[in-house]
Amino acid sequence: MAESHDRPAEPFTLRMRRYDPESGDAPYWDEHTIELQPHRSVLEAILQARDRFDGSIGIRCSCRQAICGSCGVRVNGEPALACHTHLDAARRSAPDGVIEIEPMGNMPVIKDLIVDMDAVHWKKIQRVTPWLIGKQPVPEREYLVPRESMVDVTQTMACIQCGACVSDCLAMEVDPLFIGPAALAKAYRFVGDPRDDEHFARLNDLAQDPHGMFDCTHCFKCVDACPKDVNPMGQIMRLRRIATADHHIVDQNNGERHEAAFASLIRDNGLLWEAELLPRSYGGNSWLGKFHPRAAKELISSLPTIVKALVRGKVTPMGALKPHRIPKPDLKSVQSIYERIDGRDSSSGQRFELNLYIVGEDEEPPPQELLVAGVAVEGGASAAEPPGAAEGEQPAEPASPEGSTSV
Amino acid sequence: MKVAYWPGCVSRGFTPELHGSMAKVAPLLDIELVELDRACCTGAGVIAEHNQELADTLNARTFALAQQVEGAELMMNICSTCQGAQSECQERLDASAAYRERVNGTLASEGLSYETNPGGPFINKNFLWLLVEEIGLDELRSRVSRPLTKLKVGPFYGCYIVRPRQRLGIDEQHPRDQYLHQVIDALGGTVIEYAGMRKCCGFPIITMNKEASLKQAGRHLGDAVDAEADCLVTPCPLCHLNLDLQQPLAEGVVGRDLGMPVLHLPQLVGLALGLEPKELGLGRHVVRPTSVIDWSTSVVGAAA
Repeated sequence: MAESHDRPAEPFTLRMRRYDPESGDAPYWDEHTIELQPHRSVLEAILQARDRFDGSIGIRCSCRQAICGSCGVRVNGEPALACHTHLDAARRSAPDGVIEIEPMGNMPVIKDLIVDMDAVHWKKIQRVTPWLIGKQPVPEREYLVPRESMVDVTQTMACIQCGACVSDCLAMEVDPLFIGPAALAKAYRFVGDPRDDEHFARLNDLAQDPHGMFDCTHCFKCVDACPKDVNPMGQIMRLRRIATADHHIVDQNNGERHEAAFASLIRDNGLLWEAELLPRSYGGNSWLGKFHPRAAKELISSLPTIVKALVRGKVTPMGALKPHRIPKPDLKSVQSIYERIDGRDSSSGQRFELNLYIVGEDEEPPPQELLVAGVAVEGGASAAEPPGAAEGEQPAEPASPEGSTSV
Repeated sequence: MKVAYWPGCVSRGFTPELHGSMAKVAPLLDIELVELDRACCTGAGVIAEHNQELADTLNARTFALAQQVEGAELMMNICSTCQGAQSECQERLDASAAYRERVNGTLASEGLSYETNPGGPFINKNFLWLLVEEIGLDELRSRVSRPLTKLKVGPFYGCYIVRPRQRLGIDEQHPRDQYLHQVIDALGGTVIEYAGMRKCCGFPIITMNKEASLKQAGRHLGDAVDAEADCLVTPCPLCHLNLDLQQPLAEGVVGRDLGMPVLHLPQLVGLALGLEPKELGLGRHVVRPTSVIDWSTSVVGAAA
């Protein structure tokens, strides 16, 4: 790294989107060429342009070291912290060599690169009750909790509220009411916290909301956007898993039914049976699901699509009515895998989940203590056991108080 | 080259023209497909959402079956969603020997085992990646017998094949998020860029929030219409369902006519390699490419 610091300053051209809603003028692009060493940040470049060429450029920033989360922008169309993006990397990802800087998306622009975080991001954070609702009675001394469950929630606690994930959330782009990645990751921070007493109420609320956890479209945008590896989409999937598998919440958005129907159709056939999945997602996870009024309503609204698909030979009536199946011996193997894992987990109420955030990748074998200490978080288990222990099919006991972190 | 071929479910279900066109195109590229007909659905992320270990074990079973195909250089799929779901499981399986042992313990009763390094890392590539990285753009170009001259093609990548970048091995040396551009160009077509080309088609939430789902499809299709694309091409059959099968409904949601044909990747490649639209199943789409594009001339021409 020392070498890069010795490199001479170079010219970099920035193309910034400028907009002042109060002026009544339309947004426009503004170009400035600044000189900085290539390892310096896009934020420093914007500030230099402001200092040297145009004092009216609006940008919000504070710490300049990816801690405060103030300088979220889009660089070459992708959300990023301006202070956390090197100029040379930004230039390499610019199609024409000019670094393009825009305000974040999904939020109204106050001026130039400054967006209204209060109007969108903070409202959504407030929406998920972002504080701990402790168990009663409050213990006389500290709460004792398994170490891993606290390590687990530190991933969502790493959020610096920069709004990068909100900026490019593709579900929010079409449904502005969607609670969104940052707030749902924040919700997991409390659902994953064994000290919180309202897991069910939180999950039920987020599952029943038509713009809640089942509105996430699985696009991974927030995963790549996050400068702090919070993995919001991964947290949303865990919220869904805990809501459906542990709290048996059946939501009005077809989320639980869709998941249950999908999993059981693969168990029964080995391959997806689309024509059966859709009515079951609406009507309920059984052969009878298609006769439920919800399914019938959906069927009627989809009739033009179905007719067209049949006319074009995309789907044949027999193809739709009969499932595709893998060969019998293989189907048996698939079903025995289901029985061994899904069956065990639903009868024990515990799941085994490899969490790479907790255990890390093992170039070298992971530390023994992490392997031995299983965690039994209420509902969702997030544990790592030695392979031998797996054969017993019982998750390890909660970590002993000695191995616990008091908070 | 010989590959262990995972066609997925939807390519044999609601988009049969995808599986069919891949079978037609493979011999023209000297790809020998050994179909993994014993393998089961990848879970498309939904089984992982239901139970992570279950999804990992089912996919480890598929990987193990692929590793048994003698002489196969790698595993190939034709579905971005399969690629994404399998890559996620493979990431966990490859990261932890203890976990692998646990999963293989479940597979042992069937005599199967997934090994990370039996002679190199286990490789699973979408047809798009295989085209660029194994066959090569120059080789592909040399095999084109009917260049797609004048055809303006909008790439539709979708999500699972471009994100998350690190898991999918996308970097400056492997710009996999540019490969559709490169393939369209190698086939002689003109790349049309538009806002939605790497956005979500909306399919995953079609049963949960139909309006938002169709709004996504309709908006991206509309962007492509505005950019004057003749058609789109996608490596994902689930994107195809929302963009083509549901297009009439999407038109209603976004309140405009779209009429945008959407091709599967092997169909576009097949056209350039000289196959006829009909044998590639283009007549089976809801938005018929044949009604928009004049395929009858030897040089494919855009709609007047």
